[in-house]
Amino acid sequence: MTAASAGGDRRAFRANWPARAGLLALVLYVLYAGQILDLSWDRFVFGLDQGGRFLSRLVPPDFTRWSLLLDGLLESLQIAIIATVLGVAVSLPVGLCAARNLMPWWVSTPVRAFIAVCRSFHPIIVAIVFVKAIGFGALAGILALVVASIGFVAKLFAEAIEEISMKQVEAVRATGASFANVVTMGVLPQVLARFIGFATYQLDSNLRNSTMVGIVGGGGIGGTLFAAFQRFDYDFLCAILIAIIALIMLGELLATRLRAIFQ
Amino acid sequence: MTGAVLHDRIWRRFTPAERLARFAAYLAIVAAFVASLRTVEVIPEFLYDAPEQMADLLNRMWPADLAYYPAGVHAALVETLHIATLGTLFSIVLAVPVALLSARNITRSAALNWLGKLVLVSSRSVNSLVWALLFVAVFGPGALAGTLAIAFRSVGFVGKLLAEALEEAAPGPVEALRAAGAPPASVLLKGFWPQVQPAFWSVALFRWDINVRESAVLGLVGAGGIGLVLNSAMDLFQWDRVATALIAIFAVVIAAEVLVTQIRKRIL
Repeated sequence: MTAASAGGDRRAFRANWPARAGLLALVLYVLYAGQILDLSWDRFVFGLDQGGRFLSRLVPPDFTRWSLLLDGLLESLQIAIIATVLGVAVSLPVGLCAARNLMPWWVSTPVRAFIAVCRSFHPIIVAIVFVKAIGFGALAGILALVVASIGFVAKLFAEAIEEISMKQVEAVRATGASFANVVTMGVLPQVLARFIGFATYQLDSNLRNSTMVGIVGGGGIGGTLFAAFQRFDYDFLCAILIAIIALIMLGELLATRLRAIFQ
Repeated sequence: MTGAVLHDRIWRRFTPAERLARFAAYLAIVAAFVASLRTVEVIPEFLYDAPEQMADLLNRMWPADLAYYPAGVHAALVETLHIATLGTLFSIVLAVPVALLSARNITRSAALNWLGKLVLVSSRSVNSLVWALLFVAVFGPGALAGTLAIAFRSVGFVGKLLAEALEEAAPGPVEALRAAGAPPASVLLKGFWPQVQPAFWSVALFRWDINVRESAVLGLVGAGGIGLVLNSAMDLFQWDRVATALIAIFAVVIAAEVLVTQIRKRIL
């Protein structure tokens, strides 16, 4: 802008060379990475052809095996509900222990590390480990989603506790209250509303993942989905997909309702 | 003092309707939990020897076969990172037009807004593993299917947050540009872009972080990356190699999170 006032440069917006260089670097990266991953135009065009045939085999969806479909959906729903309740119940104490303003560092640091481990693995990978450890079935899926719930809810809960006003906590402490009373009277009232928000979000997220843990043997509709895919049973696959999407949208609606009640 | 009058009143935080709704919600949650617990199929025999099986698994995993990393894991790990990054970039390219379409202050047509929202919602309701399955069926196994799966799953997320940022942009600069006779492209570039830039970078970084996690599992359905290594090692019961792959995933995810946090601190 100084150049414009001096009268030399009359353009309102000057060229932003660093941004252009960044854009060029990005384009070069895309070309390089595309080459490494062997993404070529020929494959893409061939795939589009294939995609047309695939789509034509998806429709019409085949709902004749609806009882199998319903069983799978119900099991996914059960996994999601149990995992959310257990996960949220475990997240309360874990999140409390991870809050640095209430706990000494030698408690909060290991707990925070534990939460980080829970968070960094995708629920499907955790499900694989549990399927090996305790066998196929819904229990493996439940435990995997409990781990995922701890990773998310406990982390956000700890952050919410770290943001509370310490005045109320000190006031409760000054009355000579025990630690449990400080938590229930000084801390929880300040964070409960946000905690319920995290819990409903996690219910939504667990419902999404509970339809997928079946792919690795963790119970629910995912197993049926993967089997239909591997047997090229594409019209049944389409029916399963429609059912899953309907379930997820229903879950989203329910979570919104629940949040509205507790606001 | 009006204390005498106030004494007789019972002060409550919530109205009766609110209390009833809360009670109904608690009841529904407990009922759903109990009903699920009673009907879920858990095989008790599997549960009895779970501690033994867990110990056995850890025994087989330890020590991890770190010598396998350079030969078998490194290339797949790099491929995973490329899938996540390229997928995120591609999703941004796809998400920008859809976000423009669904932002009410840019596209002044309720039907087009609704169309944009529909695209975003359908992208988000399909899990990235399902997207990967579909693209594997179309393009065959490999990184192309994984990249497209990541991109199509991310469109909904990036597009939704970008549209919200666009709708929150202050109308002043935009109207000033329009009044000066700027063409629509200039209005977007000079009126909206500077306002949504921080939100844009933050959303892109956040999604990249999520995509690094997600791209690690895409290989389970054949869509490339380190998931393939994980899957084949598990199928061959080479648990020490599984451990190596898990350690590699953990390290990359933590590194990505630290990187994103640092970049956010510096530029946002």
